[in-house]
Formats: sequence, structure tokens, C-alpha cells
Amino acid sequence: MVAFIVRRVIAAVLMLVIVSVATFAIFFLIPRALGQTPEGMASRYVGRDATPEAIQGAVKRLHLDDPLIVQYGRFAKGIVAGQDYSLGPRKAECPAPCFGFSFNNNQPVWPTLLDRLPATISLAIGAAVIWVVAGVSIGVISALKRGSALDRAAMTVALAGVSLPIYFTGLVSLALFAYTLGIFPGGGSYTPITTNPVMWFQALVLPWITLAFLYAALYARLTRAGMLETMGEDYIRTARAKGLKERTVVTKHALRATLTPILTIFGLDLGLLLGGAVLTESTFSIPGIGKLVIDAIRGNDLPVVLGVTLFAAFFIVLANLIVDILYAVVDPRVRLS
Amino acid sequence: MRKTKALALAALGTALTMGLAACGGTAGGGGNNTGAGNTAGTGTSAAKHNDGYTKVVNPSDAKGGTLKFAYSDEPDSMDPGNTYYAFNWNFTRLYARPLLTYAAAPGEAGLKLVPDLAEGLGEASEDGLTWTYKIKKGIKYDDGTEVKAADVKYAIARSNFTEELTDGPKYFAEYLDAGDYKGPYKDKNLDNFKGVETPDDYTVVFKLKKPFSEFDFLVANPQSAPVPQAKDTGLEYEKTVASTGPYKIESYEVGKQFNLVKNENWDPATDTTRKQLPDRIEVQMKQSGEDIDQRLLAGQVHVDLGGTGVQPAARAKIVADPKLKDSTDNPYTPFNRYAMMSTKVAPFDNIDCRKAVQYATDQVATQAPWGGPLGGDIGSTLMTPTTVGYQQYDLFPNGADNKGDLAKAKEHLAACGQPNGFETNIAVRGDRVKEVQVAEALQASLDRVGIKATIKKYPSGDWSAQYAGKPDFVHQNKLGIMIAGWGADWPSGFGFLSQIVDGRFIKPSGNYNMMELNDPAVNDLLDKGIQTTDPAERNKIWAEVDKKVMESAAFLPFVYEKTLIFRPSSLTNVYVHPAYGMYDYTWLGVQQ
Repeated sequence: MVAFIVRRVIAAVLMLVIVSVATFAIFFLIPRALGQTPEGMASRYVGRDATPEAIQGAVKRLHLDDPLIVQYGRFAKGIVAGQDYSLGPRKAECPAPCFGFSFNNNQPVWPTLLDRLPATISLAIGAAVIWVVAGVSIGVISALKRGSALDRAAMTVALAGVSLPIYFTGLVSLALFAYTLGIFPGGGSYTPITTNPVMWFQALVLPWITLAFLYAALYARLTRAGMLETMGEDYIRTARAKGLKERTVVTKHALRATLTPILTIFGLDLGLLLGGAVLTESTFSIPGIGKLVIDAIRGNDLPVVLGVTLFAAFFIVLANLIVDILYAVVDPRVRLS
Repeated sequence: MRKTKALALAALGTALTMGLAACGGTAGGGGNNTGAGNTAGTGTSAAKHNDGYTKVVNPSDAKGGTLKFAYSDEPDSMDPGNTYYAFNWNFTRLYARPLLTYAAAPGEAGLKLVPDLAEGLGEASEDGLTWTYKIKKGIKYDDGTEVKAADVKYAIARSNFTEELTDGPKYFAEYLDAGDYKGPYKDKNLDNFKGVETPDDYTVVFKLKKPFSEFDFLVANPQSAPVPQAKDTGLEYEKTVASTGPYKIESYEVGKQFNLVKNENWDPATDTTRKQLPDRIEVQMKQSGEDIDQRLLAGQVHVDLGGTGVQPAARAKIVADPKLKDSTDNPYTPFNRYAMMSTKVAPFDNIDCRKAVQYATDQVATQAPWGGPLGGDIGSTLMTPTTVGYQQYDLFPNGADNKGDLAKAKEHLAACGQPNGFETNIAVRGDRVKEVQVAEALQASLDRVGIKATIKKYPSGDWSAQYAGKPDFVHQNKLGIMIAGWGADWPSGFGFLSQIVDGRFIKPSGNYNMMELNDPAVNDLLDKGIQTTDPAERNKIWAEVDKKVMESAAFLPFVYEKTLIFRPSSLTNVYVHPAYGMYDYTWLGVQQ
């Protein structure tokens, strides 16, 4: 078991290195190959009408004229050993793991990521609780009441949930519940839980529901399909023949089997969301990882994009790792393979 | 040129005649709040559409409350010495006082320069090479220490002569006679900076390379706000700016939240242009643009910091509701939206081919992408109505309905030897939706007379450095027409014209004179104008330059851009400051 975990951890680290090289190449190598000059890149990070001297200054300050391998080496070294940046009259320390220094707002990337993480975790975990409870419950009920009006209504709502984009449901929910009825606060009202737990909760209710609506719909459909399949299995008939109560048959035998693939998907979904819920955070102006990366992309802030990509990749790799390990725990055959 | 909007003269013509002089703009307001209908989000029911353009709406001296701004992005910097964002030249005045500023008044009166940190306007030497400013005694920073002339000198040095502070303009570096000064981060001895002298603690003397009669405009930009050398932390100074204004920085989480609180060491007796009404000022950054509009309409936010107006969805809602429309103002931005024809790309090296395009253009169609009449007036000159010296004329009237004079266009096509039309390319920034739509409208217009134009899209990030601003690229790719826009940093003809029409500014890269027009008569007029000390004479010269360039037919104006800004009823002392083209942020208060 230990050897298996060690192997998987090494593979995960290798995966992160590959992701970092690939991401770096996408943002630095490809533009250079397409004719982008260091001056062209630097001109984005200086004021309008900048003189050639000012652009050259930015090229030097951001090390854009270094060979790409040197730039990548500096980036990788920064993650391991940290590095310093010039702020003018003094240097700024960017301790390890230094993911680089934002070209646009002159802040080190790593502390910025840590600053944005609580908002993303708050959003992702709250929404996850809602969508798992709601999605699985609706799926089970729909499966048990297959063909009923309740089943049809639930699946119609689920279809709508899967089909409607978050920027639509988010804006509609804000317009209705925040700006017309005044039940919830509007966009931009996110408050850290450590500052004011009540405001934190109030500000996140709409984003939670909006995000959970999409996922709950998906999970309801998956649960329903899984339950329908499981309920037709021989061992369910056997359980019933043994005289077990229907509730026991459903919860202890059918649902448990159905939940296994659902939990796998849940792990990946949660990992993905912890790397940033871009649409939800943008719609509700929540200062999380997703909002950070979309703003960085708009502003060509390459170090931030690179940092967030690695950060998100880390969570996805971590989720995969946990799922793999849990599989091994559940099914010893996985280790052998 | 500032990145979004820089300045705007309040109404000319009708708007001005509606009594801006009686606006009460410079007085302290009427004591109690006179606004009516204070329901948040419905706007000031007593006020009408564009009232904020000509007078102070909801005047009040009531103090207290929190003034809330929201912004869909983040500025380049909150450091007054390192910002080129137009709204920041307005906003930073809350905590930074430059030597001069613009009078606090709507309409033409607001374009007058008045002393701020200085005791009076600049005194130029006879040869025009030195400008002297005396600064007021007793002005203090928020920590209680007194402002000294050396702090102004240091502010100019750091903002214009360092590699790190790259975001602001570099006019002082261009005009000051500073030799090969390396900047204060490389050379700590400020005495080595010869471009500015401080003979005593209250006198600042600027030494110029050549006469520049509009120097007062330069020191009205926030870079002349004082910075104590000991407190400069370079790029991080934006979090701890030493305040001289009515507010000081409480906290700045970059890209998230910027908070100001009252500065107890600000003395209103030394300041004729600002108020100190709200207890706090909060700015939320990186907010969803559509959501900001909803919050404005619901009264949850007071001002969209960017000052660029509401988004299309909110605009449609406002236009459809007369009550909401009464709570809006529709000022000019400083921008002229236009196309330039390259005089070096055939067949536009022939003036008649250029004139054919002038007459063939359907200006109603090219106005539509900006939002129709609310988005801008159809243009016919280089300078916009908000530029001092602007004169209205139209050398190429294209029909009573502005949809083109096709007969005249064909006449000029024949005269340029292309009676059946010709092929050309229109270059446009592909990621700017409105500009692409303008290019498409222009393409359709020209097609009516046989000019077949192909639209070529380029990324805006490299537009100036690699594409339309690079003459070699323009020639090689036969870019005959380029869609562009321009706004001035200060409200004069020189501020608007010099970068885009002076033939000596044609650069191998980063070129804004995309016409490549190098007319010695135009260049000479620019030189003559900037050495003319009489403002009236100077303005005549700018108008002459404008006309000379239009005579070349290489400049094709589309619209003098306008914007639609919403004023919630909970906001007091609201007026559009003509120098910024948005509300005067230093005057605003909130109802309790």
C-alpha cells in the first residue's frame, strides 16, 4: 500500500512539472514563436505612449529578453527557493514557493493566491454540500417514483439546471432576490468568515444555490440512472426476498452501490472548483481564484495565469490522487494492476 | 493620451446657454439637502436628464456616511505619480494635491486652472524656459509634517525618471532640461536632478529645454503632488501615499478594495476645490460590470468609478424609462472616434481617392455601433467640442441625412483615376467589438461606390507597437484605412493634436500619426502655437491646424464620443466636471 501511494505521489509531482512546462510554453514560447518580441510584451505593462526607453526598462525589469529556458529556470527556482524583485528604492522578497510576480499589479503571485483561496473554498464547499444533498435526494426519489409527475418535474428542472449557464441564472437570481425583493445582498458583498460570519453566510447563499443548481441537476440525473440500474440487480431482489424493509434495501444496498461512481465524480468536481469557479465568482464579484484568473487573462498578466493554472492543476491532481488511493482501499485489485 | 477618458468641456451650444454660469458650482451648496424623492435607485426626481452637466444636482453640505464606488477592473496604480487612467486623475485628488488643478465648476468655468498646492499659476520667464511656482505655506501631510518644495521636485523625479514607475505619462521627462539624469532610484542625490530647482522650501522652478506655453496644464496632472523622499516605497507607495488631500488611505488590497478615511491634517482654508463630506470612501474593484449597473440602479453603489457610463443592458432600461433617464447625464468624453487613411499607401497617396472615401461614408451607420446619438455626435473635425479652440465646420458634407454623397464620391474617384473604385484594406483592433462594427459599416458604405475593402483584424495589445502604429507593416500589408480613437490629456488643441498630426512624431513603431502626414505648414503652426503665450491667439492656431489636416482628407471623423452616466438619488453635490468628463469625485456626498 505504501509503495502504491509513493508511486502515485511521484506521478502526481511529475504531472505538475509537465503542466508547468506546458503552461509556460503556451504563454511564453508560442507567442515568441509567432513573432512576439520582448518589447511587444513589455509594452502591455507600461503606460500608454511609453517611450522606447521606458519599454526597454520594463523588458529588463521583467527579464523578458532572457532566453526562455532561463526564464523558466528562474520561475522554477522561485518555486523552490524564492526570489527578489525590484520595487524601486528597495527590493521585494518573494519567498518560496514564489510563483512569480504579477506584471500588472506588482504583487507576488503566491500570497495573492492564498488571499483568494478562502473565498473559493467557501463557495465550493458550501455549494458542494447543497448539490450533493439535493441532487442525490432528488435522484433517488425520481428513481423510486419513476414515471410519476414528481419524477418528470424533477427531471425537467434538472434538464434546465444542466442547460442554463451560470451567468444567466446568476444574474437573474441577483436581479430578483437581491435588487427586487431585497432578500439577499447583491454582488460584491462577499465578506470573509473571520470578519463577519453572518454576512459571509448571507452573501454566499445566492452563489451557493446558483452553482449548486447546475451540479445538483447533473447529480440528480446520474443518481437516478444509477439507482434505476441497481434496483434491477439480482442482489436487490434477493434482499427483498429475505424480507428486508424497503428503506433498508434502498439505503443500504442500492444507494451505496450507486454512490461509488458519484463519489468519484464528486472528488474531481470539487478539485476542479477549488481551482476557481470562474463564472460564479465573476457573476457575483467574489474575489476568489476563478475571478483572479479571468482578470489575469484579460490583463495579459502571465505570471498570475501561470500561477493559477498550476494551483488549479494541483487540486485536480490531488483529487485524483485521493480517489486513486480510496479505490485502492476499497478494491485491492487496483494495487495489483 | 489617457487610457479611457481624460477631460470633457461641458456643454457647448445649447447646454452652455442653459445657464451654466448660474450653476452655483463653486459655492458650497445650499446647506440642507434640496434633492427630492430620496428612494435609493430612482435617481433625483427633481433633476432632469443632463442637469448634472450644467449645474450641481442635489447640493448639500451634510456630512457623514460612506461614499461607495465600484469598478469593473483595477487601475494601473493608485499612486498619483504612476497612473494614466482618466478617472484616477480625478479620484487621486481626494488624497493628493498637485500644484494646480481645475476649478470646481460645471461647464466652461471648470476648465479654468486654479492654484492647488501652489499659491498662483506659474510665472514664465521671458524666454519661456523657466516656470516658477510658489507653494502655499502650512500645507501638511496626513502625519502632520509640512509639505516642502523638495517634495514636489522628488515627485517629478520619481514619476518621470525611473524604470519602475512606468504607467504614468512622461511629459516632464520630455520637456525638462534634465540632461542624462538617471532618476532617484539609481541616483539618491536629488541635487543631481537639474530639471527642477528649489531655491527655498516654498519655491519650485522648472527648467525647460524649449518654450512650452501650456506648462500650467502639465503641473495640473497628479504627478506634481508632493512625495517625501523618505516615504517613497516605489511600486508599493500606492498603498501608503502621503496624503495632502481631504482623505487619507486607510487600506488598499490591490485589485480588491481601496478605503479612504478623513485626513485630520487637511485644512479647507487652503483648498478651494474640494469638500470633505463623507466619513469614509470605499472602492470595490474587479466587480462585474453588469452587476455594478444593477447596484447603481438599486442604490447599493453610488458611483461607477470608471466614469465610462452604463453598459448596454442598463442603457436600454434607462432609455425606456423617462424617470430613470432624468437621473442620467450624457457628457462628451474627450475622445474622437475616427479612421485615418495612410497617405503612403496607394491609392490613398492621391487626395481625390481620400476625398472619395470622405463622401462615400455613411456616418449614421458608423455612429450606430457607439450607441447612436447617446453614444456620440457625428463628427467633422479633429478636435472635439470639448477641446478649447474647437471650431465647428464640415469640409466634406456627405448629404443632408449624413448617409453619404455618392455622386461627389464618384466624381472624386474619377479624378483620382479610379472611376470604378479600387481595392483596399481596413485595419481594426479585432478584440474591440464596436470598432469592428464600425469597420463593417464603413466597408458597406464604400462598397456602394465600388471601393472593395477587406477588413483586417489585429490584437489591440500590439496594435500600436506591431501593426497600425508601425509604418513598415502598414506599407507592406497595404493598410489603407485604420480605425482609431484619440483623447487629449489636457483640454487644449495642442494636447489633442500634437501626437497625431505632427509629422516629426512619425515613429517606426508606436506611431499615432497613422496618416503619415508630414506637412511642414502643420508642423510650423504647432511650433508657433506652443510658443504663443496669449491663449486666444493660441486657440486660433489650433483651429488652423485642425482645418489644415482636414483639408488633406486623410482624417475621417466618425463621432465625438459621449457616455451615459447614472446619478443615484442618494448622491449629493453631483455635477459633471468638464476637465474629466465625469462627476467631480472630490465634491460628492451621500444622504444619511
